[in-house]
Amino acid sequence: MTALATDLVLSTRGIRKEFGGLVAVSDIDFDIPRHSIVSLIGPNGAGKTTFFNMITGLYKPTAGRIELNGKEITGAKPHQVVRAGIGRTFQNIRLFGNMTAVENVLVGLHHTLKGHWWEAIYRPRSLLREEDRALERARELLALMNLLPRQDDYARNLPYGDQRRLEIARALATDCKLLLLDEPTAGMNPNETLELTEFVRSVRDRLGVTILLIEHDMKVVMGISERVTVLDHGEKIAEGTPAEVRANPRVIEAYLGRGAAGHG
Amino acid sequence: MTAISSTAGGPTARFRGMLADRDGQLRIVLVLIVATIVYGAFYNDLRQGALRPLFEALPMPSVNVLIVMFYYAILALGLNIVVGFAGLLDLGYVAFYVFGAYTTAFLASPLHGISIPWWFVVIAAVGVAALAGVLLGAPTLRLRGDYLAIVTLGFGEIMPVLARNLDNIDLSAFGGPKDFNLTGGNIGVNPIDAPVLPIPGPWGDELVFSNRNPVAALYLILALMLLVFAICVRLRDSRLGRAWMAIREDETAAASMGIDTVSTKLLAFGLGASFSGFTGAFFGAYSTAIFPESFNFAVSISILIMIILGGMGSLRGVVLGAFVIRYVNDALLPYLGGFVDEPVRAVGAALPEIPILKDRIEAFTLTSYNYLLYGVILAVMMIKRPEGLLPVAARKAELHGEGVATEATFGTSGEVAQAATDFEAAEGHLATPESRPDGTDGTDGTDRGDRA
Repeated sequence: MTALATDLVLSTRGIRKEFGGLVAVSDIDFDIPRHSIVSLIGPNGAGKTTFFNMITGLYKPTAGRIELNGKEITGAKPHQVVRAGIGRTFQNIRLFGNMTAVENVLVGLHHTLKGHWWEAIYRPRSLLREEDRALERARELLALMNLLPRQDDYARNLPYGDQRRLEIARALATDCKLLLLDEPTAGMNPNETLELTEFVRSVRDRLGVTILLIEHDMKVVMGISERVTVLDHGEKIAEGTPAEVRANPRVIEAYLGRGAAGHG
Repeated sequence: MTAISSTAGGPTARFRGMLADRDGQLRIVLVLIVATIVYGAFYNDLRQGALRPLFEALPMPSVNVLIVMFYYAILALGLNIVVGFAGLLDLGYVAFYVFGAYTTAFLASPLHGISIPWWFVVIAAVGVAALAGVLLGAPTLRLRGDYLAIVTLGFGEIMPVLARNLDNIDLSAFGGPKDFNLTGGNIGVNPIDAPVLPIPGPWGDELVFSNRNPVAALYLILALMLLVFAICVRLRDSRLGRAWMAIREDETAAASMGIDTVSTKLLAFGLGASFSGFTGAFFGAYSTAIFPESFNFAVSISILIMIILGGMGSLRGVVLGAFVIRYVNDALLPYLGGFVDEPVRAVGAALPEIPILKDRIEAFTLTSYNYLLYGVILAVMMIKRPEGLLPVAARKAELHGEGVATEATFGTSGEVAQAATDFEAAEGHLATPESRPDGTDGTDGTDRGDRA
């Protein structure tokens, strides 16, 4: 187990989550190579978001081990996981609605800033410089997402697509090495979806982050993923390139039912 | 959309950061300083001299009423950190006020024969209250919403009871006296040393800041309030302030952005408590006596009402809320009572014998109906202006945003409609039938475990 290849950003071994008697996720081994775009798919209730929540520390795994860059993060608290280098977005957008776009991104930068709270009272020069740099960085991230003109709007007032993109900007602000996107194109029209897909790819290329997607839109999944992992009933039923997964009878069965698999 | 943008301010003007532009704030503060100094300095002359008719005809606040208004403003600013910034409902804020006041009583009164100058005592009082805040917060801040409110409510009830009963402690097991009097019990602590500066002047050999020299005490509490206000402004505009607001908006999302929610909430509790301790130290020394009855549940609630009245999270708002509530309570109601009480009592005397009611009306005093008035204020505010008198822009927009102006409404509802069509279009294009972009698939149940 210690001999995990170093080119993996994230690696889980046998992670499992039980809610009472219900096994939501069962003994998943999962590897994410550095700089890749990996998708996690599966029907509803397959355990995708539970898996996400274990990686990000919102749930503590019942069993198993999670390593980020070779360091164990199993059972770490959410903020510790973020500091270790994982950023995330949420399936149902969870922005800070009564804060402006730029403030949302500044919250993402929170743990990269070092100023103490008592310094905020007398404001030493070092703190002012740090805040200026943070503001500049936040604006850069907003510009990257084409949200700069909206920087002073409350997150709540942004159109849906902008909110999705602001959430990504906020996650990127945490300086993550691994970005977890939970259904980023949900509720988007085909144009916005296409745009976002392109954007996800460019984020990977330009910022050098690794991306793990949960996605229902097969066009998106097949278009940008280098590897796809399929969960069903909490278990991993397939893994491989998009083409391999698409041809896998168990996957077809999980999505379309047994009859379809037989004919396929 | 343009209308929305303009309510949110121009580029960067709305940004509550280090470059924030707070036009008008400084002017209000200066007016407050000058007005208070002038009013305090000339209060006696004005009341007995040129403006005597005015003072007799109108409910002008006395210097002592102004002092109460100011120190309640500090209490409101402190509770605002907990409730307004971090969104933690604390119904027992008075507990920390007890810590501040009794620390002062222990360290600067004949009760234990200790007489440390107030200027040092206040530091100890702030420290003790902050520590109490952290100690209460550490085990309880895992709770959210209602549960936290109940725990703090209990704590606020316990503290005055302790103060009332810790006057007869059996320390014989530790080689101490059998009836050690720690708190003075029901009769409280009296006298407490007032803050004193060894400056001779027309006021005598030394300057005393207590109800013996209320004008000096007024200036002291004005300075303390401005200090606390400035600290609150800077905390709000800092990294910590943003973290508090993020927790208030969505605690799970805040944690997922790298904010250590437990320590951030503890800081809110500790800092809020320290302001309360600060005020307690002033209250004890200014009034030179404290009693357990001064710290009942109604104090916690009245501070909360000040915050709601002024506008949760708005610093100017909560100060205004404190001023209004204390002014109404201490100056306006007694003034109105002067007109109303006698006629009502006369009516009561003329009434035929009705059990209970007749006695009540015969002994009518308007000031004892202050809590009824608070209730009415709360109800009216909730209906007419839920965001408070001087709200922060975000809350105002949140509570009225959908209907501010027709232009804005068209803009937003147009966009909502657009989003809805996009949503349907996207849903139609989704490859798998079970996709639910609204997140109802239930697997995201991150809130489920939170209350446990």
